[in-house]
Amino acid sequence: MNVIGEKGVQRILSVTAFSAISALLLIALFILNEGLPFIFRYGLHDFLLTSDWEPQAGKFGIFPMVAASVWVTLGAMVVGAPLGIAGAIFLSEFVPKSVMRVVKPTIELLAAIPSVVYGFIGVMVLAPLIRTYLGGPGLSLLAACIILGIMILPTVISISIDSIQAVPQSYREGSLALGATTWQTIHMVTVRAAKSGIIASIILGMGRAIGETMAVIMVAGNAVKIPHSALDSVRSLTANIALEMSYATGLHREALFATGVVLFVVIIILNSVAIVALRKRVAKK
Amino acid sequence: MIVLLSIFVIASLMGGCGKSKTSITLAGSTAFQPFAEKLAEQYMSTHANVSITVQGGGSAVGVQTAISGAAQIGMADLVVLPEEAKQLTPTIVARDGIALVLNPANKVINLTMQQVREVFNGKIKNWKEVGGADSPITVVSREAGSGTRSSFEQIVTEISLTKDALIQDSNGTIRETVANDPNAIGYLSHGLLNDKIKAIKIDGQECTTELITTGSYKLVRPIYLLVKGTPQGEVQNFIDYILSADGQQTIKANGLIPAK
Repeated sequence: MNVIGEKGVQRILSVTAFSAISALLLIALFILNEGLPFIFRYGLHDFLLTSDWEPQAGKFGIFPMVAASVWVTLGAMVVGAPLGIAGAIFLSEFVPKSVMRVVKPTIELLAAIPSVVYGFIGVMVLAPLIRTYLGGPGLSLLAACIILGIMILPTVISISIDSIQAVPQSYREGSLALGATTWQTIHMVTVRAAKSGIIASIILGMGRAIGETMAVIMVAGNAVKIPHSALDSVRSLTANIALEMSYATGLHREALFATGVVLFVVIIILNSVAIVALRKRVAKK
Repeated sequence: MIVLLSIFVIASLMGGCGKSKTSITLAGSTAFQPFAEKLAEQYMSTHANVSITVQGGGSAVGVQTAISGAAQIGMADLVVLPEEAKQLTPTIVARDGIALVLNPANKVINLTMQQVREVFNGKIKNWKEVGGADSPITVVSREAGSGTRSSFEQIVTEISLTKDALIQDSNGTIRETVANDPNAIGYLSHGLLNDKIKAIKIDGQECTTELITTGSYKLVRPIYLLVKGTPQGEVQNFIDYILSADGQQTIKANGLIPAK
């Protein structure tokens, strides 16, 4: 071991660390290189804001997919965020530490279930229920929102729990000593103090929802149109790439890379906002 | 001992290479891929000096790889070969019917070609317009670029797919979607029919091997093997084998329609 020495180990470690970063850089460069020329040629406005996607006819408008991704993500938030935050408050404020030590890892295990399994459950259980009781084809925006809402729960719950537990005990004691009830303490002091961490958890959940591909392809039906109701079938940006990549050539292929650029930019923005929100929490402590 | 063993292993590996095995790569159509694999296996069992690799990727990939030389033989299941395929030598090795499928719960058993066209164009939106129950039609189609989809649209003609159509990316997921949705209509390779879905008649003609062979059933596409230049040596031998009585029997036994 001494042969390598302190310096040597340091160098090996720094090479490994930089290889991860350079992989990220290479991926970013590759996507931008393949996708940006197309966006410039086709026009950003036409690409983002027209709604005819007919690759064979040379029409590449991704507006329906942008709209679908936005709706799917917002819908997943409506399903997942209240459940996740309520779950986090309950687990960190009302449940004994010993129970929490079992429940929290169990919830985090949800993140380890492959997305194709979520999709399978969506196709086999959720879609027929929606078709029978609400109408439409079943494979729909609503199905995608519910499945994604469940998929983001572990992200929302575990980061929210961490930030609620990071609120100093003295805040709670102070509030209770002033005569506030437990509930008043929770929503006026604890949650407010943990706010930036909770927001970060929601934004990271959004990042997961917008980037999810397999489960969405399976349950959303993939029709290229702007949804008029939650029962309509939609195609997200990620699904568009995954569905057509294997066949695409020439312009069509470039258009799919350009779709990737749009996704990449959206996710970078979301993650940066989350990082800023999380940093605020650290600074406050 | 270990040294001896490894020398032996290396020697035997080199011996294998030394015999100069001819290797052939096929790529393209996923509809023909399982058949090509089976045929390759049979061919290799009698021709030890040939090694055949079969890859998928879709008909477009079949045409491209045959042009670029990445595959010696491209597979494509298209009614009309694209312009760039003119430089390739096509051989029809089999035919594949495209079955129009419904959920078994649906009572409709026949559609005319015109009705099929209007259903997929979104003009007919309810099953009662074609003699079924009063429920909306869910159209299920394949993704842009699929060989099955382009063949289907070229044979039925004048299709501009309704924007409400669900899109699934393989024969298998089309089958699952139709099997799960009583209002769905989709299409898939004749060889992949099973009892979870039912194939309907088109213009009164049932989708059976006999009616496809006689030409009465209209939704049929040829399966091409594409070779750059004139096929030679083992490539020619393999294609000859597929076209021989043995090869065509394998194709027939597994659900495709023989070329002749």
